Amino acid sequence: MPVIDAQHLSRRFGDLVAVRDVSMQVEHGEIFGVLGANGAGKSTTLRMLVGIVTPTSGSATVVGHDVVADPEAVKRRIGYMTQRFSLYDDLTVFENLEFYAGLYGVPRARKRARLAEVLELRGLDPRRRQLTGTLSGGWKQRLALACATIHEPPLLFLDEPTAGVDPVSRRSFWESIHDLSAQGTTIVVTTHYMDEAERCHRLAFIFRGSVLDTGTPQEVVDRRGLSIVEVHVGERTHDAARVLRADPRVDEVAPFGPRLRVATLDEDAETVTREVLGGVDGPGGLGIAVTDVRHVAPDVEDAFIAMVHEDARLHDEGAPPEPRA
Amino acid sequence: MSRLLAIAIKEMRQVRRDRMTLAMMIAIPLMQLLLFGYAINTDVRHIPTVVLDHDRSAASRDLVARMRATGFYDIVGAVRDYAEVTRAIRGGDAHVGLVIPPRFSADIARGVGSTAQIIVDGSDPLIVSNALSTAVAIAEVRSTELRVARLGRAGRDAVRVDPDILYNPELRSAVFIVPGLIGVLLTMTMVMFTSMAIARERERGTLEALIVSPIRSVELMVGKIVPYIVIGYVQMTVILVVGALVFDVPIRGSITLLYLLSFIFIAANLALGLVFSTFSKTQQQAMQLTFFFLLPNILLSGFMFPFDGMPRLAQWLGLALPLTHFLRIVRGITLAGASTGELIGQLVWLTSILGAFILLASLRFRKKLG
Repeated sequence: MPVIDAQHLSRRFGDLVAVRDVSMQVEHGEIFGVLGANGAGKSTTLRMLVGIVTPTSGSATVVGHDVVADPEAVKRRIGYMTQRFSLYDDLTVFENLEFYAGLYGVPRARKRARLAEVLELRGLDPRRRQLTGTLSGGWKQRLALACATIHEPPLLFLDEPTAGVDPVSRRSFWESIHDLSAQGTTIVVTTHYMDEAERCHRLAFIFRGSVLDTGTPQEVVDRRGLSIVEVHVGERTHDAARVLRADPRVDEVAPFGPRLRVATLDEDAETVTREVLGGVDGPGGLGIAVTDVRHVAPDVEDAFIAMVHEDARLHDEGAPPEPRA
Repeated sequence: MSRLLAIAIKEMRQVRRDRMTLAMMIAIPLMQLLLFGYAINTDVRHIPTVVLDHDRSAASRDLVARMRATGFYDIVGAVRDYAEVTRAIRGGDAHVGLVIPPRFSADIARGVGSTAQIIVDGSDPLIVSNALSTAVAIAEVRSTELRVARLGRAGRDAVRVDPDILYNPELRSAVFIVPGLIGVLLTMTMVMFTSMAIARERERGTLEALIVSPIRSVELMVGKIVPYIVIGYVQMTVILVVGALVFDVPIRGSITLLYLLSFIFIAANLALGLVFSTFSKTQQQAMQLTFFFLLPNILLSGFMFPFDGMPRLAQWLGLALPLTHFLRIVRGITLAGASTGELIGQLVWLTSILGAFILLASLRFRKKLG
């Protein structure tokens, strides 16, 4: 039985549909990424799963409890790290931890040992007496993770945990996440950083409140049938980009320094690029020489952009192409 | 219980670290106490008075001397005509003008009597009534003396009222104001601190973590207000002690009873603070709501103006305020030594209001975000 089983969750705020018909299953011990731009509905989905926002329709079972019927039972068995970390700046590191231990009812007999353990684990021990407000973003993030896991929850929700944190701290944070997962904690993490998405076991892509696709990063990328090349086109980058964009086989064209990055769907990107820009005989050909062709493996970000375009073609033809995140 | 305790301890630590708030919690009651205790004085004395004496006789000088002797009138100058009396009053140099007619002493000597005129600045009603009643009293006393001297024996007045003032016989304002101040201050600080304490969590984004935790609403609410109950009692004690030392405010009844009954009042204000917090997104809004609420409390509760003198509608509004009933309790206990039995009516009112506020708070305070 999955740790999270969400069926057709929807939530509207007045006229705005924040989340539309979202279904997802999260298995024990996996790191499940919820990926999407800001305002796509990631946080609302998460908040429905932890029982603090009631779904307008649909249902979800989390750690064996129904989030609508028994949200409090869900709350007891999960950890939740909010976007803004929810730490008290005017309390010390230790006092914050102690507060969360009390809040989640860590038994008195276990409390002292558990606090010491978590301080040690997150490297917070030397800073235990420091006021939280004086910590840097990376340290606050560590403390927030320590607070969210103080009661050793089997399921941990992380809402944009790395926003405003330096790259070194982000990397060590993801190591901690993988350690937790290896020990059997199920983790649901929202993010709009595509590189972070690659670190998840499975992903759900949310766009305008709907899930576009779910699967491992590899599956999601493969399903798009993308082919990508980076090419050199000399001086006429702008013209080249214009004619490439006009071709229906081309999904995306982006300048990449002095080069162009061309993504095509279901056909080889190099062939298409050469055909479009190639010799004077080619349809619409400009006679631009294509040199220094490098094939690039598509990543999650490419897949996401492709999916957004796919969605736009399906729903409203006139939607402008999304800028690269 | 562990959760409630966690909240209370956290809240106390935050208060302790917030030096400014902590200082305010003690400084506000002290400052208010001294301000209200000294400045609000409804016993009018030393009214600046000018005299227009057309007679300039022993009798007229005697009248002026008698008026000065009451302590109500400070003779600040003699003037020569009516225009100068008016000018003195209009300029604020005097509030009262005494005009003694020509032939004042001669008419008295002839036994036909004479009428002195008293001109009063009516802009402050309190001064008018005091100035007039004192002047009339002086005239009556003097008339009686003269009549007695003429007839050679003391007559008996037909009707007399023998005043017997209970509980604050010297009619000092401080004795009345200071116990009431306990109520006003508790209203202000209790409502403000609780509403701000929750609004602060909302503002800083920590409320979401509380809502997602297994804590129950009631644990959160009670845990939040416990530290402030302690602070409320500290403030109350400060006022009682300083009030007794500086202003001689007596505590005739049982202090234990006062502290016990105050609990209901404090709890009612804290519950209201919680209600306010559900309406405010920021601490600033919470504070504005508190001051909006404070004004009718000061005006309608009977703290400054007599409750019985208010129009019926204002009285009804006043009855809905916890302060109105607490004032009667605190004045009853400190000044009159009232017992529980005598305060039962106020107690019922206060408890009902507390119940209503708690109901409202729990209806409004939901562990949901959207």
